[in-house]
Amino acid sequence: MFSKRKGPKPLVIKDCTLIAIATGRRAQNLRELRDNLQTVHPGSIYYHFWGGLLRSRFDDPEYNNDFAAWANHGLHDKRLAERLGVINPTDYCDLELLRRELIEVIEERLDETEFVPWSKTDQQFQFIRAQIILFDTPWRIRDPEELAAIVPRMPVGSIFYHFIDARRCTSDGSDDFRAWLAGFSPEYADLCDRLASVDPYFVVLTELRQQLASLFSEYFGRGYT
Amino acid sequence: MTTLLESYAAVAGEGVVNHLCRLSAPLKGMQVVHVNSTRIGGGVAEILTKLVPLKRELGIDARWEVITGEADFYRCTKSFHNALQGSPVNVSNALFRVFEETNARNAERLRPILEEADVVFIHDPQPVPLLKLCPNRKGKWVWRCHIDISHPYRPVWKRLRNFVSAYDASVFSLAAFSQSLPHPQYLIAPSIDPLSEKNIELPAAEIKAVCDRFGLDTDRPIMLQVSRFDRFKDPLGVIQSYRLAKTFVPTLQLVLAGGGATDDPEGETVLEEVRAARADDPDIHILALPADAHRTINALQRAADIVLQKSIKEGFGLTVTEGMWKGKPVIGGDTGGIRLQVINHHTGFLVNTPEGAALRTRYLLQHRDKLQEMGQKAREFVRENFLVTRQLRENLALMLVLDRQNEDRIQLSVG
Repeated sequence: MFSKRKGPKPLVIKDCTLIAIATGRRAQNLRELRDNLQTVHPGSIYYHFWGGLLRSRFDDPEYNNDFAAWANHGLHDKRLAERLGVINPTDYCDLELLRRELIEVIEERLDETEFVPWSKTDQQFQFIRAQIILFDTPWRIRDPEELAAIVPRMPVGSIFYHFIDARRCTSDGSDDFRAWLAGFSPEYADLCDRLASVDPYFVVLTELRQQLASLFSEYFGRGYT
Repeated sequence: MTTLLESYAAVAGEGVVNHLCRLSAPLKGMQVVHVNSTRIGGGVAEILTKLVPLKRELGIDARWEVITGEADFYRCTKSFHNALQGSPVNVSNALFRVFEETNARNAERLRPILEEADVVFIHDPQPVPLLKLCPNRKGKWVWRCHIDISHPYRPVWKRLRNFVSAYDASVFSLAAFSQSLPHPQYLIAPSIDPLSEKNIELPAAEIKAVCDRFGLDTDRPIMLQVSRFDRFKDPLGVIQSYRLAKTFVPTLQLVLAGGGATDDPEGETVLEEVRAARADDPDIHILALPADAHRTINALQRAADIVLQKSIKEGFGLTVTEGMWKGKPVIGGDTGGIRLQVINHHTGFLVNTPEGAALRTRYLLQHRDKLQEMGQKAREFVRENFLVTRQLRENLALMLVLDRQNEDRIQLSVG
């Protein structure tokens, strides 16, 4: 049994899934990409930056967002791909600011190129958006020590929701675990620092779960994993 | 957990099935009807055979209805199928009338069920007029298009679009297939059933027996392409890449396995061209297999060292998924749905020419450790993305959002 420490409300663990929707918008060249970005549904910006993290991928993805990947594989513009790939979506507290940054980077590239880069017809950028469905799980974490036991059993949807998706909703870009642990302040400041050093963008969700589980297990000194 | 769900938990993981149980909780008791035009044969029937019982096990009152018609009806819908895939096929007014009348007759029988249902899934164009024939429908109607309609023959699509437009939503396999329609177009990729005859684990003795039957030497490397004898699948390009690779790997064998070409005059021509290209090479095996040779295909895929799908044009390419599920790296054409599955240098290689396919074949046969590693990654990639459990999850998600199409985030109130 875990000791019950006085702290914030229990952390309610949620799970989530996405359903993708074709917006019907397509871009075959960089200018069309820019033009579409100006008016496309904000959910599409979310999907192409964040949605991909919930899809299965590999542990060494070349790019962390679909725009950068298309710049490389569709337009064969590596310079643009690198510039788009470095955009960290958590730096932008709202999707409109993220949209603006994307457009800036693309316009800068349009300014410096003599020809507008094109893709083949069957390699057009397809703008997709998503609806995210959130639902409860039976888990309620009352004591931080429980994290070590529960995190390894969490579905990957929960890891995505609490550790990645949550960053776009908090003012300082922190995840739900850190936000919740901060309520016990300052007891878990060190644990929060360790969590902050976990980069979720270069591992698949199952590995991310494993990393978090190991981190909590080590911290609380129990052989949970 | 019930028996069927338990069997999928063993393959896809218990967490996946628990996730499905929680997601489906608000849908319990909901009446859902799937309608298509055949109960046996074809990919749609194959998927419904599993999706409907799984939904029922999750507590959804799901049923599967099939419309029936005479020869002219199927002639008409076959023309629709070809036209939607881009062939310039005209459908006469007389044939179109048969299409509408057949649906009207089926509507007489199905109307009470369809009008009462909470969600109706109409699969492909054959039953698409049913919506207009059920004026007192109370539920949401979804058109599920399994065909690649990225470049439809416009005159035919224009007529069908009149029916499709009235639906509440449609579902396509890839974003590239979506069309200009006045409702949301959801994206759900196809999947394979890991427990079907085509994908189930096979005893080594059975795999050996299939190889013996076709004169394949299991001690020598085998490259395999499973597909119809169709120019878009580039079987002649496959033979060319085999020959280029064989210069460096003299023991190499090639298997081109495909279904019969009885209903496809061009298929017969391509098959003849393939036979002519084989000439007298005893290491090229051309197998024209019956449509239900699922276990044989399964054994061949498991016996192969490398699976090819060197298509020039491809909708999704479930044979790629099947090969990957058997732990084989796939050398695939850089086109369509193959790009979603073959992640270059991870689950296989994307190629654009026979030369490219030959080069990658030589590389993989030379680096057996890499071949194993990529094959393993390919299998795990399919487990995460292309099993029927994922398709079921997205199907459930779709049913949950149909009433809330304008919300980006939907919080379900279930535990």
